[in-house]
Amino acid sequence: MQAVKYVRAASVDEASRLLQEGGEGARVLAGGTDVIVQARERTREIDLFVDIKQIAETMSIAYDAADGLSIGAAAPCHEIYGNETVRELYPSLVDSTSLIGGTAIQGRASLGGNLCNSSPAADGIPTLIVLEATVEIAGPNGRRSVAVEDFCTAPGRNVLESGEFVVSLKFPTPAAGSGARFLRFIPRNEMDIAVTNAATQVRIENGSVSWARVSIGAVAPIPLLVADAAAALVGQPLSDETIAAAAAASRAAASPIDDMRGSIRQRRHLAGVLTERTIRQAAERAAA
Amino acid sequence: MTTQTSHIVVNTTINGEPTVFLANERDSLLEALRDRIGLTGAKEGCNNGNCGACCVNLDGRIVNSCLVMAAEVEGSEVRTVEGLADGDQLSPLQNAFLEEAALQCGICTPGFLVAAEALLEQNPDPSEHEIRYWLAGNLCRCTGYDKIIRAVQLAAGQGQD
Ligand SMILES: Cc1cc2nc3c(=O)[nH]c(=O)nc-3n(C[C@H](O)[C@H](O)[C@H](O)COP(=O)(O)OP(=O)(O)OC[C@H]3O[C@@H](n4cnc5c(N)ncnc54)[C@H](O)[C@@H]3O)c2cc1C
Ligand code: FES
Ligand code: FES
Repeated sequence: MQAVKYVRAASVDEASRLLQEGGEGARVLAGGTDVIVQARERTREIDLFVDIKQIAETMSIAYDAADGLSIGAAAPCHEIYGNETVRELYPSLVDSTSLIGGTAIQGRASLGGNLCNSSPAADGIPTLIVLEATVEIAGPNGRRSVAVEDFCTAPGRNVLESGEFVVSLKFPTPAAGSGARFLRFIPRNEMDIAVTNAATQVRIENGSVSWARVSIGAVAPIPLLVADAAAALVGQPLSDETIAAAAAASRAAASPIDDMRGSIRQRRHLAGVLTERTIRQAAERAAA
Repeated sequence: MTTQTSHIVVNTTINGEPTVFLANERDSLLEALRDRIGLTGAKEGCNNGNCGACCVNLDGRIVNSCLVMAAEVEGSEVRTVEGLADGDQLSPLQNAFLEEAALQCGICTPGFLVAAEALLEQNPDPSEHEIRYWLAGNLCRCTGYDKIIRAVQLAAGQGQD
């Protein structure tokens, strides 16, 4: 391991100051399941860990009907899928958080870390996108919010500026008649990086789709919001034809690479298959 | 950065005992347990979160101690495989592992024991599927897993905890 220093930040302002003073080598330490590996394997030059988990705001999960759900950026997966409100109103967050690693990873890994690591294959991000999450950022110049689909800019890169970090993720209360689902494809049953993943949220009113969002991952440099897939669904009753059109839109939006996990052809195909399945299963949840 | 070493003092509770230890600031919890505190039950298999041999219980939930900084456990409660037995008296789960021959080389065993113990604490009667899913982050190259699953089922059937 590199000669990493460790500091516990007691407040949002202190964390931001430490990150700014520390420059490029300073990194937020949330669950550590990405960043400790990166420091050890020296894939990143890291000399300071700023542990944000003592800041109450980064760990809390709170809900009220007017403001929606707020999840602290460092709250571990285990707490998220164990939360009653999340299970009831945001089951797609349970889909994602219960697939990230195994039990011991889920005891530490956070959604904020999943987002800020900004992997194209991150299993949290497509769900955040279809749930219309807002990223609450704190930094030397105060606070700002960014729509989650605008957060990642390239593999491992995002919009955070020097001294900035993510405090929490905010989600609107799901509208009546809506449902969301996340799925991923991996060659084994658990504990692997997605070959492709996808999430969909649909709202169904009077038998017809009134609103939709579709997101696909591991098929482009960043997780994608596929506007054309949603457009293929909205304004019509859900049918095999509209679903096939949405799947075709996802295949068209995908610009995958070949690697040891999957080929371009397989990933493009999976983007369509997972789009179709998440739409059908989101609709089932909307009807439930 | 150069390899300057800075030492830190960490106050924690390990297996119920208040413990103060000195660690290198860059140590993982696994390194601190094994090299500073002398608790060598937790094993280093992969050192990157994939094998589960280093599993310990941190404040009531299992974690891979290779992916926890030693400094992070300040004020926390850590339980390791050494805390399972009561003196010479093995825990029901440990006995079940012996009875079902759920280990061969034994490298993975401390991690499986800590992880399975945490499962039985929160779910005393898990299904086979729940056991397999819970233990998916623990790898074993020897047993083929079935004997491990049977041992956990045996301990659960005996009303462990
Ligand atoms: C064995 C194993 C299996 C895994 N399986 C999966 C999987 O199935 N799916 C998946 O998507 N991922 C997986 N991962 C990757 C990892 O667990 C996830 O990406 C996890 O969500 C990261 O969260 P963390 O809290 O541990 O982040 P950390 O490692 O603490 O941080 C990750 C990065 O984000 C930065 N960061 C963290 N929090 C913030 C913040 N609030 N503000 C600004 N920057 C921040 C850190 O500085 C670092 O660069 C796996 C990892 C391992 C080791
Ligand atoms: S040594 Fe920690 S998970 Fe393998
Ligand atoms: S007994 Fe050898 S790895 Fe499990």
